Amino acid sequence: MPLFDPAPIWLTLKLASVTTLVLLLIGTPLAWWLARTTSWLKGPLAAVVALPLVLPPTVIGLYLLVALGPEGPLGQFTLMLGWGTLPFTFPGLVLGSVVYSLPFVVQPLQNAFEAIGERPLEAAATLRAGPLDRFFSVVLPLAKPGFLTAAILGFAHTVGEFGVVLMIGGNIPGVSRVLSVAIYDHVEAMEYGQAHWLAGGLLLFSFLVLLALYAFRPNGQGRAG
Amino acid sequence: MSGIEARCSLPLGSFGLEAEFAAPARGITGLIGPSGSGKTSLLRCVAGLEAKAAGQLTVNGECWQDSARGLFLPPHRRAVGYVFQDAALFPHLGVRGNLEYGWKRVPPQERRQDFEQVVELLGIGPLLDRKPARLSGGERQRVAMGRALLAAPRLLLMDEPLAALDQASKSEILPYLERLHRELAIPVLYVSHSPDEVARLADHLVLLEQGRVVASGELHEMLARLDLSLSHGEQAGVVVDTVVGGHDEPYHLSWLDFPGGRFAVPRVACPPGQPKRLRVHARDVSLSLERHSGTSILNIFPVTVTAIAEDSPAKLLVRLDAAGPPLLAGITKKSGALLGLEPGMSLYAQVKSVALLD
Repeated sequence: MPLFDPAPIWLTLKLASVTTLVLLLIGTPLAWWLARTTSWLKGPLAAVVALPLVLPPTVIGLYLLVALGPEGPLGQFTLMLGWGTLPFTFPGLVLGSVVYSLPFVVQPLQNAFEAIGERPLEAAATLRAGPLDRFFSVVLPLAKPGFLTAAILGFAHTVGEFGVVLMIGGNIPGVSRVLSVAIYDHVEAMEYGQAHWLAGGLLLFSFLVLLALYAFRPNGQGRAG
Repeated sequence: MSGIEARCSLPLGSFGLEAEFAAPARGITGLIGPSGSGKTSLLRCVAGLEAKAAGQLTVNGECWQDSARGLFLPPHRRAVGYVFQDAALFPHLGVRGNLEYGWKRVPPQERRQDFEQVVELLGIGPLLDRKPARLSGGERQRVAMGRALLAAPRLLLMDEPLAALDQASKSEILPYLERLHRELAIPVLYVSHSPDEVARLADHLVLLEQGRVVASGELHEMLARLDLSLSHGEQAGVVVDTVVGGHDEPYHLSWLDFPGGRFAVPRVACPPGQPKRLRVHARDVSLSLERHSGTSILNIFPVTVTAIAEDSPAKLLVRLDAAGPPLLAGITKKSGALLGLEPGMSLYAQVKSVALLD
């Protein structure tokens, strides 16, 4: 075995990037709805979004595995579409990561949207901006710090996941053998040196990501008003 | 059909807004009333910001809302300009970006104001490259007015634009508001709780109490109506429109003529013939049976008592006819009894001081 195998690192970065992108695309409308709605569904849906914060990743992984398997409802659906089943594939891994990291993207976005308040939107409406126009010209720029936080947290949290990947991805080199799984592998095989390299790298990476997050966070002085 | 006709009902906290009023097609209409009377809610209904509001709204012949027909134009389809109490500038845009926000969304052929002209009218040229966070309260409010005007409104709505400002910023803004009043051809609905403020700016008043329109009409008449809360309290008083009649140079005074006589006021820097609006507070008017010669008061006019009302357990409010415009005098009940005051009586009104409004 080579001293250093970069494949898990690339796979991890690819998974985290794709997951973050998907999360921003579905998290934005979801967070917008949660921030604005007065529907009774708000509470239940917010609770569902927050579930991954509480549940052990193995529980989420287990349910996803069952649901996506050939006997599960989602599995039958993907089979019907001719996609095969998703467990132990990269798309399956992305789906699992999206579910697992959802609250880390939705909650900062929801907070950012709520912090904007009604007033700028009302002002834009009286200045002839329609709903979609208001979202792009007022909400997006004002929620920029929230988007930054959401993207960094979603990305970093996906990099750090283990249980969900193991449950629905297994440990297939190039498909689902991400960093955390590789480290686990090395430790199981008593290869502490390689485990240290990867673990140390992950530690440094995570620190840098969080440092960036706090350094870029506006201090409120320049933007207030 | 010109002007504004509005009927609006909206459930509010403790009472419902059930307001109906009409306002002329030009000039400033003050929506006035105590805080919590529904003024701001009414303004929001006109702008379309209250989606739950039912009713009917026509602005210069254009129907914006008619609940009976299921018509409700959303705010971005109503040609309104709205100046919020807190200015509500977009913090992520500079002053220029804020001014251009509505401007860019109006098709060029529908633009009614020239960009440079609005910037000049409001004196915001030097601020164009600043961020809203770096503006004073008064500057922010001026930018908000410019932004609203540049969106080519057919109706300008202002929600207590002076309420959040200190006295210095208020005095800074008022001249600009007066310029708008003179130079704008579109109607303005101006929410305020201050009779002094509307006396200075408005032509027409709509008085709201507990979500209902209690009265509406021409400014001078509304201010002098004894049956309305407007004519009671510290700020009670009328407005008299005068024309500069000449100056008394040795004493540094100016004469302001009105149908009932002439007011002497400290020298104003206006040529004869220029109109001047005066505010005469009821608390500054006293009554006497004869024209006193031994008094320091210069402004004494023959008047006729037209009505008397109780102002407080100790005080009376007297409406006077000064050969044209009505005046109000606030006197004690005791003085009223000593003078034997009754409607139709002729006597003299002594005006201790007046405030020049423009």
